[in-house]
Amino acid sequence: MSLLRLSLNLLRRDWRAGEWRVLLLALVLAVGSLATVGLFADRVRQALQQQAQSLIGADLRITSTRPFSPEYGEMAQKRGLRVVESRTFPSMVSHREQVLLSEIQSTEPGYPLRGKIEIDDGAVHVAQSIPARGTVWVDERLLRRLDMKVGDEAGIGSRRFIVTARIVKDIDQSIGFASFAPRVLMNDVDLASTGLLQEGSRISYRLMIAGDGKQVAALRAALQDKLSGNEKMEDVRDARPEIRTALERAEHFLGLAALTAAILAGAAMALAARRFVLRHLDGCAVMRCLGAQQGQVLWLFLYQFILLGVVSVLLGGLLGYVTQAGLVESIASMREASLPQPGVVPLLKAAVSGFALLLGFAFLPLLQLRKVSPLRVLRRELDSPEASGWLIYGLALLVLASLFLWHAGSLKLGLAVLGGLLAGLLVFGGLAWVLLHGLARNAYFFQSHWRHAFNNLARHGRSAAIQVVALSLGGMALLVLTMVRADLMESWQGKLPPDTPNRFVVNIQPDQIRPVQDFFVRQVLPVPELQPMVRGRLIAINDRTINGNSYPDARAQALVDREFNLSYMERLPAWNELVGGKWWTEGENGQLSVEEGIAKTLGIRLGDVLTYDVAGSTFTAKVTSLRKVQWDSMKVNFFVIATPELLRDFPASYLGSFYLPPDKVRAGDELSREFPNLLLVDTGAVIAQVRNIMDQIAQTVSAVFLFTLFSGLAVLYAALLATQDERSHEAAILRTLGADSRYLRRLHLSEFAVLGGLSGLFAAAGAVLLGAVLARFVLDIPYRSDVSIWFIGCGGGMAVVMLAGWLATRRLVLRPPLRILAAD
Amino acid sequence: MQAVGLTKQVLSGDQPLVILHDVSFEVEAGESLAIVGASGSGKSTLLGLLAGLDVPTSGKVLLQGIDLFEMDEDGRARLRGELAGFVFQSFQLLPALNALENVMLPLELAGAKDARRRAEMSLQQVGLSARAHHLPKHLSGGEQQRVALARAFVTQPRILFADEPTGNLDAATGSQVIELMLELNRAQGTTLILVTHDEALARRCGKQLRLAAGRVVQ
Repeated sequence: MSLLRLSLNLLRRDWRAGEWRVLLLALVLAVGSLATVGLFADRVRQALQQQAQSLIGADLRITSTRPFSPEYGEMAQKRGLRVVESRTFPSMVSHREQVLLSEIQSTEPGYPLRGKIEIDDGAVHVAQSIPARGTVWVDERLLRRLDMKVGDEAGIGSRRFIVTARIVKDIDQSIGFASFAPRVLMNDVDLASTGLLQEGSRISYRLMIAGDGKQVAALRAALQDKLSGNEKMEDVRDARPEIRTALERAEHFLGLAALTAAILAGAAMALAARRFVLRHLDGCAVMRCLGAQQGQVLWLFLYQFILLGVVSVLLGGLLGYVTQAGLVESIASMREASLPQPGVVPLLKAAVSGFALLLGFAFLPLLQLRKVSPLRVLRRELDSPEASGWLIYGLALLVLASLFLWHAGSLKLGLAVLGGLLAGLLVFGGLAWVLLHGLARNAYFFQSHWRHAFNNLARHGRSAAIQVVALSLGGMALLVLTMVRADLMESWQGKLPPDTPNRFVVNIQPDQIRPVQDFFVRQVLPVPELQPMVRGRLIAINDRTINGNSYPDARAQALVDREFNLSYMERLPAWNELVGGKWWTEGENGQLSVEEGIAKTLGIRLGDVLTYDVAGSTFTAKVTSLRKVQWDSMKVNFFVIATPELLRDFPASYLGSFYLPPDKVRAGDELSREFPNLLLVDTGAVIAQVRNIMDQIAQTVSAVFLFTLFSGLAVLYAALLATQDERSHEAAILRTLGADSRYLRRLHLSEFAVLGGLSGLFAAAGAVLLGAVLARFVLDIPYRSDVSIWFIGCGGGMAVVMLAGWLATRRLVLRPPLRILAAD
Repeated sequence: MQAVGLTKQVLSGDQPLVILHDVSFEVEAGESLAIVGASGSGKSTLLGLLAGLDVPTSGKVLLQGIDLFEMDEDGRARLRGELAGFVFQSFQLLPALNALENVMLPLELAGAKDARRRAEMSLQQVGLSARAHHLPKHLSGGEQQRVALARAFVTQPRILFADEPTGNLDAATGSQVIELMLELNRAQGTTLILVTHDEALARRCGKQLRLAAGRVVQ
């Protein structure tokens, strides 16, 4: 107890003398950065998730062609989840003499569970309920095609309904080809009276579930085994591959941002702890001399570090909370999006990380203090004791590695960054030492203050190398983040050009190809490329018969249990990329090209022989290539493409996608009128929603990036401050010997320029390598090497370090030398 | 205190360098011993060994019959806390602690309950009560050394090690500090081991040990 009291007394006294401030600042900024990024990312993740969930109107959706067992709903309700059921089916809607095939959805109160439907019943507003009994809401397409307006009557089945609103913004649209007829929303209690609910009706039943994320996940797991073959369970990630990809990349990026914050914090902590130890060596030697034992010294500082940790974590947490709230407030779209409040987990994570950083970086120095020789009181020139033992280094490395992997949120990302950091640590350190000594040896070419600067840096070779390593690693992390962000933005913006197809046309019969193409020519619209489509079921891989039971994975089961859309073509579609094997040349037969994702899910490899059942006949062919498909291209894509001769003789229909400009919407209606069997799918609304989500992700990524950059600068400033002592003493001696403040300023700026330039150079080199690895193996985006990164690295590094260094040392050159020497 | 065959050898580059060679002597309780010699003669090294701050290459130091180097470092630290006080040329006050807190430190390390009261008394003895709450950097060299004396004597040590206590002070201040130290030494009956350049000061000690190139010459 008395040791604790003494420790706290020492802390109080040290605090008064400003000894702890740099360490505290570094740690508060570290925890603050981690908390800000964590909290902010959490809020945005929740918001994006919710927004994405509005695409399916729920957190989880089960669809089936048969009514659900009541057990499913009960299981969800037992977990405190909200449940709504709806039924969707195609039916004719009539108005006066006109009829139109539409998609009718009847639903219960509470729908939708996620997202909002906007309606226009005289004024545009968010619907607070579902249509009242005897009324329906319909979409613009239906009104236009049937020349109807709100207030008119529409016939559905054997009943007539009043159209009380136009649906302005719809949700819960599937991207499948079945549901893109005009939409009608009605109250479920009216369904029976339409007489449409009969044996053999093509009804799709949907059970929508929403609530606490963990409970939803648990329910999902519990339902997995209960679902029958015709029941399909999906969340937004299953339903929308393009959103899944964007979300996963955004999460990776935010993970990387948090990791960057941790690296910067680590760099600053390492330097601050080093300064702390150097400043306390004499004090510890005196205490050892006055009878303090090693354990006492260790505990004296350990107590202080623990207290420092608690205070930093509290202050850092508060800083993080306030900053992220400010960040959200400062971005207009975020403010309007009314983001959900963040969870407590990111704060806890930042707190634990703060302690881990403190112990990871402070434990070694503390052990050094414990081992300081009491003889130092007589011989101050004795070197500081070296912490020894692989165990201790291993421990520090383990703590930091775990921290990285934890914050990265992905093993691959964490390992890539950690590997990059470790390599950087060794290579940068060694190179810095060699270069600094080389510069000092060849310094006679330079002006006196440069010469002096080189010599200074070489003399403090170890300390300067440590600084270069810390700055390089921090800079590398920031540059990687900059590059990855630019690549990410480009890949997102490149995804959806303005003329992205917004209509699919499906079910074109072979004899309609020419008339449909003529129609497009007449309407002065680009003629879509039409692709044949044949439905087939995969029944064997390499003579091994397969079915749903062959796979433990639910997605694989679902894929095998249903029919695939197969196609055949001579040339690889331009928006597909070959990732394995070779595309066939003219005249080559019996070959298949498989999308890489489905190949992985089903365990299909190049060279495998697949057997398909198409309308009762089978065919067998070898997989000769794997393709990567841009699902978010909004173009027609197929999981499996065959050489033409394999499928040409099977009955096929054709489909294509095209961009219908807003001023030619009527052409779409004409197409449906002229070819009533065609299904024209309007994906425009879906594209708008996807684009909106991607815009928000992009803004988020930019905001988090800016904050990390800012906290990076702040942490680096703290890091530079931590090495001020060595310069302070030397400046005093030089001033005593007649150096004026201009000379000192130039000397310091030259030193910082060398440190910054070298660090920037190393940071750029590291960033180019690490960026390429991340883009290729983790984020799966094209990597573009950019020469400007070298200029940004060197120039930026020099400028930033010189500025921060100038801020840290500007008072140094003005202080009377005697005061500095007396304080030393 | 008894030193027996103390030898200290270090490596200078690849070459062994003997700093102390077979030094033996004895000091009775309450006696004072001055270690004198030119710079580099091994005075401070000898003091470090006598205080158990360093270990010899061979030889032993017996303090009240206990061999310092049969103990581990922590054992020697404990013994220093119980028996020894120190005064250094460069004062070695902790810069973050004020004068009173510096004097309290050895008592606090030993877990003494009345550390503050005893430290205040000790500061009073060296005439620095009024400066108790000043940080070292706000004290003159003489005042800092008086604080160091107060810290050395506050634990009522059986033996005081002093390394060039006036080395950083002008003659007048140095002489005041010496008078104070000798007076406290007499009052408490402390054994004094003093390293100095100052022949006059050395003559005021009961015994002198002269070193040259690491060997006892007188």
